[in-house]
Amino acid sequence: METLTPVFDVAAIRQDFPILNQTIHGKPLVYFDNAATSQKPLPVIQALNEYYRSYNANIHRGIHTLAEKATAQYEATRETVRQFINAAYREEIIFTRGSTEAINLVAATFGRQNVQAGDEVIISTMEHHSNIVPWQMLCEEKGATLKVIPITDEGEIILEEYEKLLSERTKVVALVYVSNSLGTINPVKEVIDLAHKYGAKVLLDGAQATVHLDIDVQALDCDFYVLSSHKMYGPTGVGALYGKRELLEAMPPYQGGGEMIKEVSFEKTTYNELPYKFEAGTPNIADTVAFKAAIDYINKIGKSVIAEYEHELLAYGTEALSQIEGLRIIGQAREKISVISFVIKGIHHQDVGIILDTQGIAVRTGHHCTQPMMHRFGIPGTSRASFAMYNTKEEIDRLVQGLHKVKKMFA
Amino acid sequence: MTINEIQDEIVEEFSLFEDWADKYEYIIDVGKKLPPLPAQYKTEENIIKGCQSQVWLHASLNSEGKVIFEGDSDAIIVRGLIGLLIRVLSNQKPEDIAKANIYFIDKVGMSGHLAQTRSNGLASMVKQMKLYGLAYQVKQEVK
Ligand SMILES: Cc1ncc(COP(=O)(O)O)c(C=O)c1O
Repeated sequence: METLTPVFDVAAIRQDFPILNQTIHGKPLVYFDNAATSQKPLPVIQALNEYYRSYNANIHRGIHTLAEKATAQYEATRETVRQFINAAYREEIIFTRGSTEAINLVAATFGRQNVQAGDEVIISTMEHHSNIVPWQMLCEEKGATLKVIPITDEGEIILEEYEKLLSERTKVVALVYVSNSLGTINPVKEVIDLAHKYGAKVLLDGAQATVHLDIDVQALDCDFYVLSSHKMYGPTGVGALYGKRELLEAMPPYQGGGEMIKEVSFEKTTYNELPYKFEAGTPNIADTVAFKAAIDYINKIGKSVIAEYEHELLAYGTEALSQIEGLRIIGQAREKISVISFVIKGIHHQDVGIILDTQGIAVRTGHHCTQPMMHRFGIPGTSRASFAMYNTKEEIDRLVQGLHKVKKMFA
Repeated sequence: MTINEIQDEIVEEFSLFEDWADKYEYIIDVGKKLPPLPAQYKTEENIIKGCQSQVWLHASLNSEGKVIFEGDSDAIIVRGLIGLLIRVLSNQKPEDIAKANIYFIDKVGMSGHLAQTRSNGLASMVKQMKLYGLAYQVKQEVK
């Protein structure tokens, strides 16, 4: 019987990412900083180029041909994002600058409206600063309390402790779906169902998760979901907020301006309908249009095929790095995406990063915007290698060689 | 030696190295040899805010009216850079430090490579050292 599994041809995929084909300090580039931002395939670069070359125009209000084409392409991305995360309605997809802005939007509108003095907001120890600070600001303003779900040494949230934090006072639970510094995939379905028992709304930070996992916001039943294009092989400066329609409808607008209004007089302004109510001003049209090309690219190759390959890289990398004496992997959750954070005994992560760079290997070093979590592990930071679909086992071998060199230099 | 003579000396030393690995070996070596800063000087006010590693810098005036710098970091390469800056700027007169033009970093080719200054705080270190020079200069003039 013939197998129907599509072939995953990493060499062909690498051809689609021109940036990979270069040398850094004389060595072929190994790009392992994908959790910070992934590289962009040709269709994305071409979409950007084509937009500016052939149909740049301001969207929505124009009646001329270019404006209509730009509007159609912009809205096509909205539909593509909707399908990608399986939202029920297109107007549940609000374009933002990225995950950070999407979280801020929810905290500033839904949060301000629904969180009052004495209420509680729950986050976890492994949150990105983007999913800490907006809630902290809200709690400070309202006299509410921020509660934090603790994590284990392996880097998993402790569900029993989470349950203890929940109460009628809980208004929002904001949780990272996949941790950027540990790679942990959180048991979000359980977290959401428990929160709903207490009437709390749940925001999932999908900045890392969206590119690696199959996302179904309806099956998850999350109330809000945020994502960033640039971590999904798409352009920087664009992302999306998903919110359940009835919640978005009840929320006050975020910013005032053009596009988000129905009618303006000096006495009173009425607001536009969803999703435009939350999209004041001329948006990032070009990058939003090109974002669609990124999602199409992922879909064409197949998310499950990519996930399988990335998992292979994770297993290979984890095994290889574990062999290095004095190296400790931070984040050993049972469910992980292809992120390996590590510390090497006696060597500062900055020194690791600089020496790897001289060998053409790009990793991220530092606290990865998760300072409270680094505190939890009692370390100032880690070095982090994060893999994307275009990475290879040979590149992981180069990382291992590079780390041996680091160890020798700092011995 | 004057500040510029020392800078030229460093530039000359680096010119012997063929590639970056050698340059780093050298900087790491300087870093390893830099005496640790006594614990009492590792205070909050002596910290220079870099992004990735902690850097401490302590200054004092010796009996000849020259500024003595001591420094430390938890990362070795940065320690090496501190070591080089101390070699250039320590044991010099306050006014010379204040008006010094630090060019060796550029000349050894470190600026493009290493001194992604925001991450290693190299620029902040230089600035802080010059500020100490200026502060001691003003202090002496007032006396
Ligand atoms: C888990 C997580 N949340 C939020 C963000 C913020 O995303 P953005 O900078 O695209 O707004 C990031 C980006 O590093 C992230 O990894």
